[in-house]
Amino acid sequence: MASTNAPIYDELFNVLFVIGTILFIGMTALVIYSLIQFRRKPGEEGDGLPIEDNLPLEIFWTAVPAVVILFVGLYSYDIYDRMGGMQILSNDMHSHHSISSQEKVWGGIGSSKQESNTSRDFPINVELTAMQFAFLFNYPKGEIISGELHVPVGQPITMRMESKDVIHAFWVPEFRLKQDVIPGQPTILNFTPTRTGRYPIICAELCGPYHGGMRSTVVVEEPEEYDAWFKKNSKQTEVEL
Amino acid sequence: MSISIPPSTENNIKKLQPTGWLRYFSFSLDHKVIGLQYLICGFIFYLIGGLLAGAIRIELTSPMSDFMARDVYNQVLTLHGTIMIFLWIVPVVNGAFGNYLIPFYVGARDMAFPRLNAVAFWLIPPAGLMLISSYFINGAAQSGWTAYPPLSITTPAAGQIVWIISVLLLGGSSIFGGINFIATILKLRRPGLKLMQLPMYCWAMLGTSILVVLSTPVLAGTLILLSFDIVAHTGFFNPSLGGNVIVYQHLFWFYSHPAVYIMVLPAFGLVSEILPVHCRKPLFGYSTMVYSIMAIVILGLVVWAHHMFTSGTPPWMRLFFTIATAFIAVPTGIKFFNWVATLWGGRISLNSAILFSCGFIVNFVLGGITGVALAQVPFDVHVHDTYFVVAHFHYIVYGGSVFVIFSSIYHWYPKFTGKMLNETIGRIHFAITFIGFNLCFAPQHWLGLNGMPRRVAEYDPQFTFVNQISSFGALLMALSTLPFLWNIFYSTFKGKESGDNPWKALTPEWLTSSPPPVENWIGEAPLVTEPYGYGKKQETKNSPDSILEN
Repeated sequence: MASTNAPIYDELFNVLFVIGTILFIGMTALVIYSLIQFRRKPGEEGDGLPIEDNLPLEIFWTAVPAVVILFVGLYSYDIYDRMGGMQILSNDMHSHHSISSQEKVWGGIGSSKQESNTSRDFPINVELTAMQFAFLFNYPKGEIISGELHVPVGQPITMRMESKDVIHAFWVPEFRLKQDVIPGQPTILNFTPTRTGRYPIICAELCGPYHGGMRSTVVVEEPEEYDAWFKKNSKQTEVEL
Repeated sequence: MSISIPPSTENNIKKLQPTGWLRYFSFSLDHKVIGLQYLICGFIFYLIGGLLAGAIRIELTSPMSDFMARDVYNQVLTLHGTIMIFLWIVPVVNGAFGNYLIPFYVGARDMAFPRLNAVAFWLIPPAGLMLISSYFINGAAQSGWTAYPPLSITTPAAGQIVWIISVLLLGGSSIFGGINFIATILKLRRPGLKLMQLPMYCWAMLGTSILVVLSTPVLAGTLILLSFDIVAHTGFFNPSLGGNVIVYQHLFWFYSHPAVYIMVLPAFGLVSEILPVHCRKPLFGYSTMVYSIMAIVILGLVVWAHHMFTSGTPPWMRLFFTIATAFIAVPTGIKFFNWVATLWGGRISLNSAILFSCGFIVNFVLGGITGVALAQVPFDVHVHDTYFVVAHFHYIVYGGSVFVIFSSIYHWYPKFTGKMLNETIGRIHFAITFIGFNLCFAPQHWLGLNGMPRRVAEYDPQFTFVNQISSFGALLMALSTLPFLWNIFYSTFKGKESGDNPWKALTPEWLTSSPPPVENWIGEAPLVTEPYGYGKKQETKNSPDSILEN
């Protein structure tokens, strides 16, 4: 529950889990019941009933899954929208980071819809560079290059990601977010951390022998701590935050 | 009315072929020999792929990369995936049972193109041996069975090129088989036999073969372009030369998602043959089953990008592929409800064949439910490329297809050999496989949800215990092969005689001797218009021969 995304994701997961469990237990129970109830008892000869079809029944079990699928689809569309999935393109247009209008950037899912209630108006821009087998985080404002991602809690982050060599993926399980980091094709990920702490960043796309060791940490801290870290590491002496 | 296929020249050639056990090592044109060649060859590769899976599970019993070198681990997982898909499941559910059963089901004496059929099989052993030998020469491919560039371009070239050539040969074999099945089902049907009277496996193979013929050439073209990038340093998929890596993913999944249906649709067909026989009931909802298969074929061609939700994919594309993918659950669901309805009210013999088929239903329902969940973009962006996905697809391809392969072996073994398998050992085999499989893969859902990515040799120590449970399940799965192998070998030599039709089945392959003669029937092929007519005409006619008289 460490980003605005996470509670929305968990809500979706719980709904899918309940529906899935009901369906699975129902089907399994039907199979086991049939095997016990309709098993051939000793001495029984002959065949079962020659029932070949039953149109109302078949329409019923076509319609019910279709309705469930439709519900799940609409619901997950709503979740997708709340996570900002449909907003990426419009966000890019009036965002304030350094992407030229000609450059084609593909967006990842990420929460950006939520109104920011902090003092900062614009998202913090971070540039992620992935390579075999490390993540590097560049803060253009302070000319900081860091191996760990530092972000203040409650502040929207816009991360522009590109790979130097093969495809990697930026995954923070606690944020319920993942986006591939692709060579030759920058991607954007928006998110807002909501809980302080240190969470693992994991590469989720097979990238070579040390793929399993390609990890980093996202440090979500209070704004004051973040500012202190930023000032300490910034190469520019006077930085407007 | 006489069956004039294959023509008489073929008859003479067949008489010159070896007849004893040697024929299984020959360029035989007999569809039954070729079917068993596929089955046994596939099973040998299954054992090799299983050993590789065992190596992966041993590595993962500890959170450190300590059992094998890291690049070897990646070679092992690449070989495991490639072997299990291209050398075990695809050839067995299509090639083995398709070749053995389809000519019987359409009332033909052989496949439409017997020589092409033999060529299709004999492409497989060299391709498989080449793939495996690459490990011993200069290291096998290590970019996963998906071979995503630029990783597949930057890893050692020799292994990757051998991998590409092997997959091209296997794809060629698959296309030859697909053309042959379409021609056989549509053109060699016995006069008087209508399409809607065919056993369900014919429909499954027709649908599968359409997918094979439409999508495999796309994979072939893609891999040829990839090999140009590796050997000739072209830039189709190489971003440093202006290529686009996402294009490869689209082309690759355009084949490789339908490949899932190429692995499960024939299994659906086989289950539809097995259940009615042992439940003594007609297959429920024949026509809806046929339409479901065709719906799955059509939808299966337009869902590929759901493998790419975390790649660069625009929002509209994510939505379209979410909807298309989720809706596959509807025709698939119909099939599962129809199978349960087939069980309902039957006289079910609780033998190994029916146990494996019901195991398939339960496992596949779980795999299907996680599949619908994975189709939802917001869910997928968290669990994509994690052990949740590993669990999901093993529930589909092992819990689904492999369970059906075992069920089919128990069902058709008397047809292949004229001997019965031992039922007690069969049930032990089922119990160990079912428990081992679920112990191995069910915990992996949890691993993925909680943060363990796939294809890693090392992981966060908090996952150690659950990984050890999973590895223990894998050990049980490995052990379950032993009673099975014992059963097969023992029964081949000392099994009880089965007679021609031990199950009193009505489908045409049982209306001849077991094992059947060359050309399948002495005399004319029977006309079976009701392959699932159990429970009908019981008062007057009890023997399957009665169908012959109609």
